[in-house]
Amino acid sequence: MALIELRDLKKIYDLGEIQVAALKGVTLDIHEGEFLALIGPSGSGKSTLMNSLGCLDRPTGGSYRLAGEEVAGLDRNELARLRNRRIGFVFQNFNLLSRTTALENVEAPLLYNRDCPRWERKKRAIKLLERVGLGDRLDHRPNQLSGGQQQRVAIARSLVNRPSILLCDEPTGNLDTRTSREIMAFFRELNRQDGLTVILVTHDLEVARKTDRALVLIDGEVVIDTKDIERAAQVLQRRMRSDEDEGEQS
Amino acid sequence: MRLLDLVLLALKTLLKNKLRSGLTILGVVIGIASVTTIVSIGQGGQQLIQDQFANLGTNVIAVIPGSGQSGGVRQGIVPTLTPGDAKALAQECPSIKAVSPLVGAAGQVIGGNSNWKPEQMFGVGPDYLIIRNWPIESGEFFTERDINGATKVCVVGQTIATQLFPGTDAVGQQVRVKNIPFQIIGVLARKGTNMFGQDQDDILLMPYTTVQKRLQGSTFSNLGAILVSATTQELSRQAEQEIRAVLSERHKIAPGHPPDFRVQNTIEALAIMNIVTGSLTAMLAVIAAISLVVGGVGIMNIMLVSVTERTREIGIRMALGARPRDILYQFLVESVVLSSIGGAIGIALGISASAGLAALINKFLPSSNWPFTVSLPAALGAMLFAAIVGVFFGFYPARRASQLDPIEALRYE
Repeated sequence: MALIELRDLKKIYDLGEIQVAALKGVTLDIHEGEFLALIGPSGSGKSTLMNSLGCLDRPTGGSYRLAGEEVAGLDRNELARLRNRRIGFVFQNFNLLSRTTALENVEAPLLYNRDCPRWERKKRAIKLLERVGLGDRLDHRPNQLSGGQQQRVAIARSLVNRPSILLCDEPTGNLDTRTSREIMAFFRELNRQDGLTVILVTHDLEVARKTDRALVLIDGEVVIDTKDIERAAQVLQRRMRSDEDEGEQS
Repeated sequence: MRLLDLVLLALKTLLKNKLRSGLTILGVVIGIASVTTIVSIGQGGQQLIQDQFANLGTNVIAVIPGSGQSGGVRQGIVPTLTPGDAKALAQECPSIKAVSPLVGAAGQVIGGNSNWKPEQMFGVGPDYLIIRNWPIESGEFFTERDINGATKVCVVGQTIATQLFPGTDAVGQQVRVKNIPFQIIGVLARKGTNMFGQDQDDILLMPYTTVQKRLQGSTFSNLGAILVSATTQELSRQAEQEIRAVLSERHKIAPGHPPDFRVQNTIEALAIMNIVTGSLTAMLAVIAAISLVVGGVGIMNIMLVSVTERTREIGIRMALGARPRDILYQFLVESVVLSSIGGAIGIALGISASAGLAALINKFLPSSNWPFTVSLPAALGAMLFAAIVGVFFGFYPARRASQLDPIEALRYE
């Protein structure tokens, strides 16, 4: 059984007069321990798919089974529980709680986990901050940290509830090349050593090239799902070029 | 989220915005402070009135002569009460503990090397001090034998004792009233001033028979009043009825005709005073409570702003696994903590304000002896009310926060 099973997943936004289909029936399996990239131009439905995978949003059709549990029918509370226990989020703009220390940021998800006793929170958070190399920055607030450091705090936070999936939305989008490389190396380490399933959502082919599998999403549909990243890149580039041509013609 | 975590989180958040939090709770502080002060002052007043009535004596009922009518001639006050009436009351009314006739007198008292004109001079019976709940300090009070013999003895209050015989014991000394020598056989304990600033210790008491025979020189021996003490406070109404029945019969008042005496029940008067001061206090407290509601609206306003401002935080928390309920509680607890802190400060402020006011009243009106009371139930009630204000006015903003869509909230700039 796959960790994630999508079957004809649909998301249609009802804007009153018109209906916009952001996802037109996505079917795919993601197994535990995979490291994959979800690529596509903006407006391709990447974010919608990520929100659905991350249990932030409910699809309007189809089925999504996460570790065998059907997500489509769950209410807001149950979705929150899944986000808390199964999924770690890493965002492009870090999304740390402002005016809150690195330690408190990392502890935050544990506040919503009743299975983690109070005394254990700090211990877990410190251990993870040390792992991302910020053991000496526990009391720093986000505005006292560099972009790379902030992203590392965010990664520590995403790991604190020991999730099975790491969902990263353009995690290197706001970082310089060197820091990006470090962050990507860390994701790879988490994937290899901890067996964590890492899903990267990106439009950066350089980032995608570091993964094992690429899914190209265009206009709400998966056009190619391959372990050959170069092929996926070609498909994407060809498609984007033809879009540009159309743009010039009209 | 656990309650402790919620409270700690709320405190942390509020401390990040000290000025705003302070200004937000100001309304609640003022509201609770004024409620506490008004209730405290009102209870002080009530206490004062009760003390004054207690000062008057124990469950005192006064019987005074009323308008009389004889042969169609009506007049205002005629002395219709006789010593026989007093005796009859003592014997026939089961709800009565003590009875004393009262006869007014006036005159200058000469004693030692000086003279003094007492403010109050009464002829009374041996039970007078029981009724007034007034202990004797030295010497003794006159007895039934003094009454029967109309002996020339008297008992004086502290003021007279010190005015006429400063530095020495007044007991055993001689004074002269209207050139008749009296022996002081006792000095009363200090009672202080009453509600109207009258010095109650400026008093001279002698047997009522002595006043009638020797000072008034009158054989027409009717009384100014009869003082009665009911057995208990609860029985005061019954005692009053018994008095009416006995006197009506003795005075041959036909049913339906106006009596020639009046019965003044101080306990009834006290009850009425209590109702008046109580309702006055309640009314003022309600007015003060309105300011508390205004304070609550202030909290709601700030909480609404805060929810909008922290939309992104809400989004992040939801992504991290906060359920709508967790967000609801987070903002609700924040608002309750705000208003409770405001309530606590308000109570402290209110208590100091009422203590200050009591001190001020006593400074400028020393005779009033205003008591400073803090009512624990009132303070706890105010605190509870503040918390309820927090819940009530915090619920709508908190609910709005909890209903946000996580994706929208995360995108919010």
